[in-house]
Amino acid sequence: MKVTAFISVISIFIGVAGIPLVWGDSDKHEKWQEYSRRSTGVALLDNPVYQQECGDCHMAYPPGLLPVSSWSRIMSGLEDHFGDNAELDKNTHTEISEFLTKHSSDKSDYRRSRRFTVVSDSGDAGMRITGTPYFLHEHDEIPPKLVEGNKEVNSFSNCNACHRYAEQASFREQDILIPGFGRWDD
Amino acid sequence: MKTAYVFMTVLTLLSTNVAVAESTAVDELLAVYSRQGATAPDAQAGKELWLRKFPAKGKIDERSCSTCHGVDLRQAGEHIRTKKLIEPMAPSVNAKSLTNAREIRKWFKRNCKWTLDRECTAAEKANLLVYIKQQ
Ligand code: HEC
Ligand code: HEC
Ligand code: HEC
Repeated sequence: MKVTAFISVISIFIGVAGIPLVWGDSDKHEKWQEYSRRSTGVALLDNPVYQQECGDCHMAYPPGLLPVSSWSRIMSGLEDHFGDNAELDKNTHTEISEFLTKHSSDKSDYRRSRRFTVVSDSGDAGMRITGTPYFLHEHDEIPPKLVEGNKEVNSFSNCNACHRYAEQASFREQDILIPGFGRWDD
Repeated sequence: MKTAYVFMTVLTLLSTNVAVAESTAVDELLAVYSRQGATAPDAQAGKELWLRKFPAKGKIDERSCSTCHGVDLRQAGEHIRTKKLIEPMAPSVNAKSLTNAREIRKWFKRNCKWTLDRECTAAEKANLLVYIKQQ
């Protein structure tokens, strides 16, 4: 009886511990990414036009990181886009607006997206992922010398400088590597 | 011997393709600018404009094309705000540069407005284009 219980515990343990091993296989890597994105990321969408047009000056931010209200404000002010000029021709503008509207955080069932749906109500910050209360809460312990004072990061807007799979819309803690500092363990 | 021949042919074909793509985009735009009056593009004037510094309001109070692309077009640049790497402009080291007329138009519009605080004239764009193309 005791032995059977012991064996079951062991096999359950091996089974559970084995999951990441199996998922760690290179061909299963995507499945694992998808699984972790569900819990700590936002939806991963493939849109070459968006990738190209909104990924030239910074990574193309996944639409699930802001609600439709913020995306529309961004799209209606591309001539003065945080002090830069990012204007688009009319057709591309329409196409990207529709894409962002369709996949904005308020329409997503990903847990992280729901949290990014609450935005700051003060001016420019209301158009920033880095201005959302949830973002500020998650990053408030990281000292400026690792961000603004770090040439390889430069600003919090460069998600992919620290989150190695940010461009795959995954923000798992295990995948964080701050350049010149290393893993973040809190 | 035979393989070498095939190899050379493929290489030649590939390089002419690239050259054709590049010259069609640039030629197409030069033809447009020429119809708008820019009939004698001048690479030296293009270079001067590339290096000219324009005063501006805001945090970056002096702007030029080299602010993001650098002075040497064969080197990669860096976006002054986001620090994202920008591939070299010079077609001699970056085969993709100046191959897409739509891209060139889009960036001329954005970058002239940001740098000069106005759109570039047809003559200025033609000068810039022949200057960049030579690099
Ligand atoms: C010409 C360059 C350029 C292009 C093209 C561009 N952006 Fe930006 N974007 C910037 C700059 C500069 C910032 C401000 C970065 C900073 O403050 O560090 C920015 C910031 C942002 C932010 C806020 C990031 C944060 O801090 O949370 C969002 C969202 C954004 N851009 C979306 C877009 C979208 C959508 C497009 C495509 C329609 C786009 N960008 C195209 C230059 C660009
Ligand atoms: C300087 C490095 C750095 C940058 C840049 C950065 N992050 Fe983070 N992020 C972190 C660290 C470190 C944590 C973990 C904080 C903690 O747990 O104390 C974190 C946590 C998160 C989390 C929560 C993950 C979880 O599993 O709880 C999300 C979501 C997130 N970041 C999104 C973003 C987005 C989106 C951007 C870009 C707009 C960004 N981050 C930019 C370092 C960074
Ligand atoms: C604020 C930063 C910035 C400034 C200043 C700037 N550019 Fe650019 N430029 C960019 C970025 C980013 C790209 C896109 C690069 C890419 O697609 O990889 C670009 C692309 C271009 C292209 C398209 C090249 C191609 O491959 O077809 C041209 C042409 C160009 N710039 C010309 C200029 C000229 C002329 C000036 C000065 C009037 C200038 N730029 C100033 C950021 C800048």
